[in-house]
Amino acid sequence: MTGYIVRRLLLAIPVLFGIVFVVFTLVRLIPGDPCRAALGERATDEICDAYMERRGLNEPIPVQFVSYLGELIRGDLGDSYRQGRPVTEMLIERLPVTIELSVMALLFAVSVGIPLGILSAYRQNSSVDVGTMVVANIGVSMPVFWLGLMLQFIFAVVLKNTAMALPPSGRLSAGVTLDPLYVTWGWQVSGGLRTFLDFISNSNLFNALVTGNWAVLGDSLKHLILPAIALGTIPMAIIARMTRSSLLEVLGLDYIRTARAKGLGEGAVILRHGLRNAMLPIVTIIGLQFGILLAGAVLTETIFNLSGVGRSLYEAITARDYRVVEGFTLVIAVIFVVVNLVVDVSYAYLDPRVRLN
Amino acid sequence: MASTSTAEIAALDEALQRPPSSLWRDALRHIFRKRSAIVGMVILGILVFVAIFHPLLAPFDPTKSMLDVPEQAAAGVHKRMPPCIHLLGCPEDQPQHILGTDGNVRDLFSRILYGSKWSLIIGFTTVGFAIVIGTVLGGVGGYMGGWADNLIMRLMDVLLAFPSLILAIAIVTVLGPGLINALLAIGIVSIPVYARIVRASVLSVRETDYVEADRALGVGHFRLLFHRILPNALTPLIVAGTLGIATAILDAAALSFLGLGAQPPMPEWGSMLGAERNQVFSAPHLVFFPGVAIMLTVLSFNLLGDGLRDALDPRLNR
Repeated sequence: MTGYIVRRLLLAIPVLFGIVFVVFTLVRLIPGDPCRAALGERATDEICDAYMERRGLNEPIPVQFVSYLGELIRGDLGDSYRQGRPVTEMLIERLPVTIELSVMALLFAVSVGIPLGILSAYRQNSSVDVGTMVVANIGVSMPVFWLGLMLQFIFAVVLKNTAMALPPSGRLSAGVTLDPLYVTWGWQVSGGLRTFLDFISNSNLFNALVTGNWAVLGDSLKHLILPAIALGTIPMAIIARMTRSSLLEVLGLDYIRTARAKGLGEGAVILRHGLRNAMLPIVTIIGLQFGILLAGAVLTETIFNLSGVGRSLYEAITARDYRVVEGFTLVIAVIFVVVNLVVDVSYAYLDPRVRLN
Repeated sequence: MASTSTAEIAALDEALQRPPSSLWRDALRHIFRKRSAIVGMVILGILVFVAIFHPLLAPFDPTKSMLDVPEQAAAGVHKRMPPCIHLLGCPEDQPQHILGTDGNVRDLFSRILYGSKWSLIIGFTTVGFAIVIGTVLGGVGGYMGGWADNLIMRLMDVLLAFPSLILAIAIVTVLGPGLINALLAIGIVSIPVYARIVRASVLSVRETDYVEADRALGVGHFRLLFHRILPNALTPLIVAGTLGIATAILDAAALSFLGLGAQPPMPEWGSMLGAERNQVFSAPHLVFFPGVAIMLTVLSFNLLGDGLRDALDPRLNR
């Protein structure tokens, strides 16, 4: 198992190198120069020359690429041209927002999608089944941004002043703040530990949960419900459909008939015998949703005014902030590779017949 | 055993006289038995009808402000008017706009009808482009093998390592915003899917006897690849292509929504939605209807694609 994981990680290196190369080239093909994007159209040639010189942007592209790779290997993602601060600092601030959103969306997708799929398969061709599949088909066909806007309208305007009202945007209500963990706990920390604590503190849910700050936790959750539903609906529909078809296939097998014949209850037959064997394709499809979540995050974060990775990436691309685009894309790609690896490893756990080699 | 009865002989006779059923005829028969596929075809049919006859169906010019129409201006038309249908109790003295007017006092219904044309064009051109390039890349890679195959498939891996919309945003930024560039970007990011499908079916038949026999007869590489091997990839390509159109329309709408695709005043659903998104609290109809139009279009291709997949899959016994 360890050997397999190491080999897979080694195999990912060429792909990651390809990603760095593609992004590096692509970003430099964007018309317009980063200096005028950062300093404005009225920046003089002298100022821009100095600006470009200082950031090494006057060097030939291959030279820039090699020095960028050198920085990468040292774990340095460079500084944002626009904001003048390290890309890693921006990541520490924004990645938790996206992770929080994606995890909640996936949680919604799995906790609604799988039961719906099971119900649908168990009552095949009933009105429940037809209804679920209609909902699932509509679910995969909805534009994420449209669903987000409609949810905002329904929960912030139509249901305003009712118990169901939910905030349409942002992460926390005005006036609600949350300190980093080390401030709350009165720790004196610096260096890597501080960075790490900053990173996890920026996940409001996690922070509020470990510090027992229930008011903030509730507020945070309230703000996350709508974006998570908007982002999670497509994956939910896909998971429901996959659960249904996978379970139907398994329920037709002989051993299920045997299980029923020996008098097992329907619950045990479906959940313990059926679902366990139907899980493999479901897990694959859940793993594949990650890309959809990250792409959808660009739209969801824009609509719900969350400054996460997706929205920052979109803003950085349009602002020609090379370093931010490169750093964020690389991190997204790494997460992608790791998630795929986790999915593959989980096969071996779910199905002992799968030998990883 | 008793001799065969006349009824059985008749049945056998009939079976022999029936023309052999082809994959496509079977598929057609099965698809017409599937309720969801029929729903998909009906929606798509309506959409194609609207896309062809929109100039006749639309009550107004989709890009013309109603304030420039004297009788409309006199009747007190204003921007972001909610839907007004006389038959449903809207006052007769108000001008009728079935789906209301937008921020530039244009008739939303006419704009949505015109948008159907664009959404079909978007779907078919991007997927067509991706299938052509993907087929060539996957076909050549699978047929040649070796370094060419390795190079092509690693390139596809890199493309697949990005969430498609983010890569499309980056490509559009390089090319410059606009509908054509957005289509190109979405086309490029969908290539890997088709390249992989084609490569897989090329690999599965490359070593079969009939290909071997043709090779022995001296059939050229080009003819071998395009006439003997690639037709095997047609079925999965059609299914993936139909479902791919749905994704392409959604991605194109997202790009236009972000302001990177179709530019105003073009009546494209995604950009109509993007232009009015800040008005969702005051004029929700301007966001609601274009979204419903996108959803129905995408739904029709999804239903049709699912139906085709089931109908063309010989493993499913029905």
